[in-house]
Amino acid sequence: MAAVLPVARADAAASTAPAGAWRRAWRRLRRRRGAMVGLVVVVAFIAMAILAPWLAPFDPIETSWSAIRQAPSAEHWFGTDDIGRDVLSRVVWGTRASLMAGVVSVSISLALGVPIGLAAGFAGGFVDALISRITDAFLACPFLILAIALAAFLGPNLTNAMIAIGVSATPIFVRLTRGQVINVKVEDYIEAARALGNPPFRIAWRHVLPNILAPVLVQATLATAAAIIAEASLSFLGLGQQPPAPSWGSMLNVAKNYVDNAPWMAIWPGLAIFVLVLAFNVLGDGLRDALDPRQR
Amino acid sequence: MLEFLIKRIATIVPTLVFVSMLIFGLQQLLPGDPAVILAGEERDANVVAYLHQKLHLDDPLPVRYAYWVGGVLQGDLGESVRTQQPVLDLVVQKLPVTVELALLAFAIALAIGIPAGIVSAVGRGTVWDAAANAFALWGLSTPNFWLGILLILLFSVQLGWLPASGYVSPFVDLRANLAAMIMPAFVLGNAIAAVLMRHTRSAMLQVLNADYVRTARAKGLSERVVVLKHSLRNALTPIITLGALEFGTLLSGAVLTEQVFTIPGFGKLIVDAVFNRDYAVVQGVVLVTASAYIALNLLADLAYVAVNPRLRH
Repeated sequence: MAAVLPVARADAAASTAPAGAWRRAWRRLRRRRGAMVGLVVVVAFIAMAILAPWLAPFDPIETSWSAIRQAPSAEHWFGTDDIGRDVLSRVVWGTRASLMAGVVSVSISLALGVPIGLAAGFAGGFVDALISRITDAFLACPFLILAIALAAFLGPNLTNAMIAIGVSATPIFVRLTRGQVINVKVEDYIEAARALGNPPFRIAWRHVLPNILAPVLVQATLATAAAIIAEASLSFLGLGQQPPAPSWGSMLNVAKNYVDNAPWMAIWPGLAIFVLVLAFNVLGDGLRDALDPRQR
Repeated sequence: MLEFLIKRIATIVPTLVFVSMLIFGLQQLLPGDPAVILAGEERDANVVAYLHQKLHLDDPLPVRYAYWVGGVLQGDLGESVRTQQPVLDLVVQKLPVTVELALLAFAIALAIGIPAGIVSAVGRGTVWDAAANAFALWGLSTPNFWLGILLILLFSVQLGWLPASGYVSPFVDLRANLAAMIMPAFVLGNAIAAVLMRHTRSAMLQVLNADYVRTARAKGLSERVVVLKHSLRNALTPIITLGALEFGTLLSGAVLTEQVFTIPGFGKLIVDAVFNRDYAVVQGVVLVTASAYIALNLLADLAYVAVNPRLRH
C-alpha cells in the first residue's frame, strides 16, 4: 500500500495538473489584449463563413455582363470583378475555403504528426532514428514547393490542396512532439506510472500526451495561419480552389491581370487573408506567452 | 572539426536516401498509368509504349527506383516532356535568376531585420519595441503575392517608377536588372526580415543581460560600443544557421514572387511544369531544391562550428 500511494498521487497529479494549468493559461490569455482581439477576429471570420449565405449580398458565382469591373459603389461595396461578380460576396464566401483549408490541413498534420512524434520520442532507438531521418527528408523540401509538387501529382482541387498542405506541415509536428516527449518521459510521474505497471500505450496516451499539448496547441494555431497562406498561394497558382468557386487566392490570381484598371479586385481578398492570418498569428503569440510565461 | 564533418555527413546520407524515395514516390501518386499521363493529350500508343520501356514501368517498384536513382547519380534527372531538354539543363538555366533574387532578398532582409531587432531589444518596452514587433507581425502575416500586387499598383501603375514585370540580365544592363528585381526582392525579403528581427531581438535580450556586458558597462564603455561591439557580435552567431534555414522560405516565396513579376526563374519553371504536366521537371526541381537545402545546412553547421570555438570539442 505504501508503494501504491505516492504513485496514485502522481497519477492524480498528472491528470489534474493540466486542467489547472489550462485554467491559469486562460486567465493569462484574457489579460493579453492583442491575443483577445485576435480571438475575436478569428471568431468573427468563423461566423462570416457559417453565415455566408445570409451575409453575402449577391450570388458569388453569378456573372453580370453589364457590371464588369465596376468600382466600389453603394450597390457593390467592394466593386465587381472581370465578369461582373460582386467582390464582397466572393470575399464573404471565400472565407469558407480559407478557414476550411486552415482547419483541415492542420487537423491532418496533427492526426499524422502527433502519433508519429509520440512513437518516435517514446520508443527511442531504431524507431526514433528512422522516423527522425524521414522527418529530416520532408523538412529538406521547402514547405510550399513540396505542397505544389504533391498538389500537382494529386490533381488541382481544394481537397488535394488541403491534403498537400497537411502532409507537408506534418514533419513540424513530428519534430515538436518528439522533442516534448523526450523531455516529459524522464519526469517522475511517468516513472511512477510505469512502476505501477501501465502499458506503454496507456502511459503515452494518458500521461505524456496531456502534458505536451500546450506547445502543440500553440504550433497548431500558428500552423493554421501558415496553412491559410499556403491555400491562398496554391489557389493563386491555380492548384487549389477551382473557378468559379470563390477563394481569396484565386481571386488574387485573376486580379493581378487588372491591377491598372480594377485595383479593388486585388485589395479586398488580399486584405481578408492578411487580417485573418494576422489574427491567428497574434492569437498564437498570445497563447505561447500564456501557456509558457518563461518564453516572454 | 574533421570528426564533426564525418559525423554530420553520416546523418546526411540516410536523409538524402529518404528524400530520393519521397521524390520518386511522387510519381506513384499519379492516378492510372503514368505513361498514359506523361504521353500528353494525344496519348499516342507508340509514345506510351516508349515511355513504358524508358521509365521501366513494367518492372517492380524497387527496380524502377534503382534505375531512377542510378540516373540521378549520373546527373540524369530525366527529360522535359514539353521541350525535350534534359531537366538538369533547364534547372541550370533558370537557377542563376532565382539565386540573384534570393541574394538580393536576403540582403534586404538583413538590412531591415537586424537593425530592427537591435532597436527592439535595446528599447525593450518602448514605442520602438512595439513598432518593431508590429513590423514583424506584418511581415509574417502578409501574403507575398498580395504585397507584390500592391507594390506594382503603387510603384508601376500610380508612380510609374519601376517596371511591373520582366527580367533583364545584369550582364546586359545592370540598371535595368536592378529596377526589375528591387520590388520582387523586397517582397521576398520582407517576410525573412520579420523572422530575422524576432531572432535578433531574442538573442540580443539574452546577451544584454550577460555578465560580460554588465562588466563592459561597469568599465564605463559607451552604450553604442556595448551594444554594437560586445553584444551584437555574440548575438549574431545563430543568424548563420537561421540564414540556411530561411533558404527554403526564400525558394518557396520565389515561386510566387516570380509568378507575380513574371521572372523566368526556378519558381516559374516548376509552376509552368505543373501546368504542362511535365512531371520530370517537377521532380527535378524538388530534388535540386532539397539537395541544395541539405548542402547549405551542412555549410551553415560548419560555419557555426568554425566561428564558435566552444563547439569544436
